[in-house]
Amino acid sequence: MTKELTGNEIKSTLNENYYSLIDSVEVDHIVLKNEKEKLLSFFENLKNEKKFNLLSSVTSVDFLSKFVVVYHFTSIEKNESLVIKIPCGESRTEPSVLSITSVWRGAELQEREIYDLMGIYFDNHPNMKRLLLWENFDGHPLRKDFVN
Amino acid sequence: MELNEKDFNYPLYSQTSEIDIEEGDVINKMKRENVDEIPVDDLSSNDELKKSAFVTSVDFLLNWARKSSIFPAQFGLACCAFEMIASAASRFDLARFGAERFSASPRQADLMIVAGTVTWKMAPAIRTMYDQMSDPKWVISMCVCATSGGPYYDSYSVVPGVNKIVPVDVYVPGCPPRPDALLYGLMQLHEKIRRYSLKGKSAGNND
Repeated sequence: MTKELTGNEIKSTLNENYYSLIDSVEVDHIVLKNEKEKLLSFFENLKNEKKFNLLSSVTSVDFLSKFVVVYHFTSIEKNESLVIKIPCGESRTEPSVLSITSVWRGAELQEREIYDLMGIYFDNHPNMKRLLLWENFDGHPLRKDFVN
Repeated sequence: MELNEKDFNYPLYSQTSEIDIEEGDVINKMKRENVDEIPVDDLSSNDELKKSAFVTSVDFLLNWARKSSIFPAQFGLACCAFEMIASAASRFDLARFGAERFSASPRQADLMIVAGTVTWKMAPAIRTMYDQMSDPKWVISMCVCATSGGPYYDSYSVVPGVNKIVPVDVYVPGCPPRPDALLYGLMQLHEKIRRYSLKGKSAGNND
């Protein structure tokens, strides 16, 4: 069974250069600051140095006060998994976070789905458009304040 | 090898069971009674007039022809499609009611069975398919999803009733309806088709 790392274990796994990115360490995950300049090199380090080469899922949560993007990573080599959350600011009109498609190719469709249903914009995504719903659909249906 | 007398049971009829005796009686009876040739209808000297004249109403004949050969379009959307397939397969056999085969092309179909949830993304395709079908044409809304949206009612992606897109003749409730229910729906459609008249509105054209 894959070992699920606790927050402290995740922090000790990470490279010390990126400790400044950490916003808080929770029981079973860590929360990162949404600093787009540093995040790309952080994720590249996570994949190449720390061997978390499998992106299990990208998903998102609407807390009404903020949007949070949740990443599940798995290292097949080390048989460990970890959870990282990135809040995308206060804005409800244009929340945005950095796309990790350039690091994990499998994130492309999942990020498009999040954009489609939750309305979170992913910077540097190669093809940022709706995935499931049709073009010109009014609103993003999985938002808590969405009214049909 | 020497045969032991114990291997055989004498006499032979002690082994003969009742059913064999009955079978022999039936055969003997047939052989005794079926001596003469059985006559068949002789059509060689048929009266042409008697053969040709036939009195009925045009409405009855037309409606009978239409209701007896409703070919459904081969088209399923969701889980209900499996019940539709089961209706067409040997156990329930839709062909008994004249829906002989599922048309691979809507242009050869008379009946569209909307079997399953209709999403807004699918709606243009359904409308196109309905338009491609040649008159007269009928629609059965099979299951609660197609009828009203069902469990997906008020959803952002599901059509609240396929009757918003195409005119529906028969609604079959259920989630999904059993093949029996679909057969009953088809029979209700037969009943509807039976009531068309040449004097009234043209059959199967709701537009």
